[in-house]
Amino acid sequence: MRAPSVDRQLLMVSAGLILFGLLTLYSAGQTDVPTRAAGVWHRQFIWVGVGIIAAGVVFHVSPRLLEWLAPVLYGISLFLLVLVLLVGTGAGTASGSNSWLSVGGHQIGQPSELAKVATVLMLARYLSGRREPPRSLRDLLVPGLIMGIPFLLVLKQPDLGSAIVFIGIAFAMLFWSGIRPRLLFLVVSPGLSLLLAFNDWTWGAWMVLFTALLLYWRPYVSDALIVWFLNVAMGAIALPLWKRLAPYQQNRLLTFLNPEVDPRAAGYHAIQSRVAIGSGSWFGTGYTEGPQKRLAFLPEQHTDFVFPIVGEELGFVGVVVALALFLALFLILLRISRRATDSFSSLMIFGILGLLFTHVYENVGMTVNLMPITGIPLPFFSYGGSFFVICCLCLGLAFRVANDSRQSGYPDN
Amino acid sequence: MNGFDSYRIRERADVARLVLVAAFVLLAGTFFRTQIIQHEKFQLRAETNRLRPIALTPPRGTILDRNGSIIAENVPGYSVKVLAPSVDSLLAVIGRIGRFVPVDTAEVEDIVRRFRQARYQPAVIFGDASFETVARLEEHRAVLPGLLIQSEPKRLYPAGKAVAHLVGYVAEVTENDLTAKRFPGADLGTIVGKAGLELEYDDTLRGLPGVRYMEVNARGRLVREDAGGAALQPTPGRPILTTIDLDLQRFIDSIWPPGFRGAMVAMTPGGQIRALYSSPSYDPNVFVGGISRANWRGLNEDVARPLLNRAIQTRYPPASPFKLAIGAMALKRGLIGLDTHMPTPCRGGLRLGNRVFRCWKKEGHGSLDLIGAVAKSCDVYFYQVGLRLGLKAILEDGVLMGFREPSGIDLGNEKDPIWPASTAYFDKLYGPRHWSPPATTLNFSIGQGEITQTLINMMKFYEGLASEGQVSTPYIVRPASSKIVDLGLTQAQLAGLRHSLIAVVEQGTAAASRRKDLAVAGKTGTAQNSHGKDHGWFIGFAPADKPELIVGAIMEFAEHGSGVAPYVVRTLRRQLLGPDTVGTIKIKPLLDETVVTRDTAPRPVELNPDSAAARAREDSIRRSAAAVGPDDAVPPPPEPR
Repeated sequence: MRAPSVDRQLLMVSAGLILFGLLTLYSAGQTDVPTRAAGVWHRQFIWVGVGIIAAGVVFHVSPRLLEWLAPVLYGISLFLLVLVLLVGTGAGTASGSNSWLSVGGHQIGQPSELAKVATVLMLARYLSGRREPPRSLRDLLVPGLIMGIPFLLVLKQPDLGSAIVFIGIAFAMLFWSGIRPRLLFLVVSPGLSLLLAFNDWTWGAWMVLFTALLLYWRPYVSDALIVWFLNVAMGAIALPLWKRLAPYQQNRLLTFLNPEVDPRAAGYHAIQSRVAIGSGSWFGTGYTEGPQKRLAFLPEQHTDFVFPIVGEELGFVGVVVALALFLALFLILLRISRRATDSFSSLMIFGILGLLFTHVYENVGMTVNLMPITGIPLPFFSYGGSFFVICCLCLGLAFRVANDSRQSGYPDN
Repeated sequence: MNGFDSYRIRERADVARLVLVAAFVLLAGTFFRTQIIQHEKFQLRAETNRLRPIALTPPRGTILDRNGSIIAENVPGYSVKVLAPSVDSLLAVIGRIGRFVPVDTAEVEDIVRRFRQARYQPAVIFGDASFETVARLEEHRAVLPGLLIQSEPKRLYPAGKAVAHLVGYVAEVTENDLTAKRFPGADLGTIVGKAGLELEYDDTLRGLPGVRYMEVNARGRLVREDAGGAALQPTPGRPILTTIDLDLQRFIDSIWPPGFRGAMVAMTPGGQIRALYSSPSYDPNVFVGGISRANWRGLNEDVARPLLNRAIQTRYPPASPFKLAIGAMALKRGLIGLDTHMPTPCRGGLRLGNRVFRCWKKEGHGSLDLIGAVAKSCDVYFYQVGLRLGLKAILEDGVLMGFREPSGIDLGNEKDPIWPASTAYFDKLYGPRHWSPPATTLNFSIGQGEITQTLINMMKFYEGLASEGQVSTPYIVRPASSKIVDLGLTQAQLAGLRHSLIAVVEQGTAAASRRKDLAVAGKTGTAQNSHGKDHGWFIGFAPADKPELIVGAIMEFAEHGSGVAPYVVRTLRRQLLGPDTVGTIKIKPLLDETVVTRDTAPRPVELNPDSAAARAREDSIRRSAAAVGPDDAVPPPPEPR
């Protein structure tokens, strides 16, 4: 066994992202108006330190141990998710929800962050333990439960943004396990049915098309019937479900479609974020100089809406650099996943890819109104202890898997 | 797990790579659209977010008299404003300001009301702050967020109340003005002229406001002044040069008997106004920076109505000065000559039907020619001239001579005189059979009845007498019209009329005002006032042979024109002979009971004033002062037959 080696590409890209994130967070504190963001950048240094140590520790843990520990970690995170529903507190953007676990008045972390990683490990363990990828809805029952339980618990907090991440994880890992695309389509179809039910005609057209597809694909009869009835049910409950959504959730979805519906309240974030980004042009207003941020027009500029600072101050060029770094990270993770020595490691890394991608895409997308606004942090940029440490932990795992495959003969690139 | 053979995993990795790249291209594309294509839109939005335009007040044009002396100018002033995000925080800041300098609590309500109308504009706390106030507030700027101290040009009228009605005053444009579009180009907060020359020439004087930008934060708090690049400097208003003689204006103010209401106007035969004074006056400087509520209420509720310009906005019965107009009509029509005696000599009255119309002099004047009748102001003579003319001719000629039209002076809000166009007016007013044409004719013959005139309009007629029968429109800056009305009299007739006016001062009703060094021509008058003591008129010009200046005055409740004459004569002397000549002359006090020379117009019904009635009249002065404005001082309509 050769001496452990570090994947240089991954190291450079993750160092680049962490540095970029810290610089942006520093700028977030440079305002003309006192805000909570003022001193967060040097506190983030502590979390960077903690994160690097966590990554170093994880690097020395064998994936075999993780595979063995996965049910324990999963169980612990479920326990914490239940606990937080009972004694949790709110904070920051999600002050109305109880997603934080506090001890003696100090908020020590969000169990949902841990649950995301635990779900990745648990799904990787289950899927890699199967002889073949899931072929029917029956086969999807267990992975569905593994993802579904934490998903529902997080949704109950309520934290829609984090809940969506579980779907992203499960979707990515099922795809990577080799599931047939049409089965994934069947799984997704009730969701599409729900979305299209806003209008009788679109829903009717959808049901006709969907029925035709079922007849053409000829899946298991039981699967076809279940999914078909689910689609019908979704169409039926769409309206009552909409009415059961909290008003702030309804507003977010409505303002996604048109932020000007309510420019002062629900649409405010969407508008001000785009104003900040849009005023950046090619090269931006200059580092730390963005007026929208300085004058506090940009809401939550150190957490959920940290990315518009990049857009405003560094312009389109800065945005492309940041996006390129994220894309590079994902392509590297994809490469590591592909060359992993075993299917557990491969699925685990791809799950992490799904986790981070969901975060990045949802967060960055909502700042330009490409995605609806949900409170979800941007990896390496947003201020926040537990999430940053989890991200570093994920990187540690990636380094380990990359190292393992290199040890067993794969070249670096 | 057999899904992980190298072929199938490569296939999936390719799909995943494609999805990732596509997703990021879509994301970058959205950013490109937002940042590059829609940049202008969001840039504008960002600047509207943070930049608040603040109007910079242009200095108003100066107003100069004919010698270049300043009637209205600008001096540096300060306005204290507060840029506040909400009413609550505005009140909080006002509360703190109140700790350092007193803020009138009654004004706070106004400030808040105005703030609600224009939330994005700074609220004016002090429109005209003293240097001490500014210094104290600057000292405590740290605890006064949003405090905005602007240096603003401030109006100053050095002559103060002497020029009030002439120059008018300035104030912030009101909402009503804006909805009625009375001041084109004005916005909320613009200072505009509200009266006098400031109103008449507002578009010349006002100038164009500049603009600068303040940066505010998301909560509407002021972050820094003068942000957003260069400010646009205001364009100052243009100055106006007037025909006024400020020294004369001040002189009239200084000699005007305190407590008397009325007006005095001085003009040249060409129509240039040299002075225009109305009493009681007010200080136009109190309007600068916003008049306080108490002051405004005081000016409006004062029974003397100081804001009223009595030279152009109050109609009085033209009384005896109007006899010249009747004489001129008869001369023009060839009905009389200068030496014509009337068939009935004056025996103290003229019988018409079953009524006797009296002359002011009970003993009678005997038989007079036109010149003598003017000099003595004999009513009986003019009754007969009037009857010779007939009512129709009087009304027609009055229209031609300009008694139906306002004078056209370039000063805002002039009131139209009252002059019936035809006898149909009386039919409509009283009913066809309920008025008497001969009685009305007699009334008009001595300037009473439904023919009330403003001082400026009567001045215009005398201007014609003084300038070879040519009446031009009076003006202060430039004539509103170049139209010249010809009275239609020959030079000989005009000379005769002037001669009669000289006789008034030499041996007639104004003889007491005669001075050797200046030949003054003029006419006294006593406008009958049903509400109290009669109003006194005097209109005169000098030098009598070659008039250079016409001065006219009306004093309310002065009882008689001969009491007014000394003031007019003194003004003429000062202007024509120089300031030194008038210093020592003592003017006989008004309302002196020893004044005996009277030409009070008679009442159409006989009455013997007894002491009780006289006392009642005295009392009614006080009552009418409280209840009736001078504009109501129109005599009662003639009795029905």
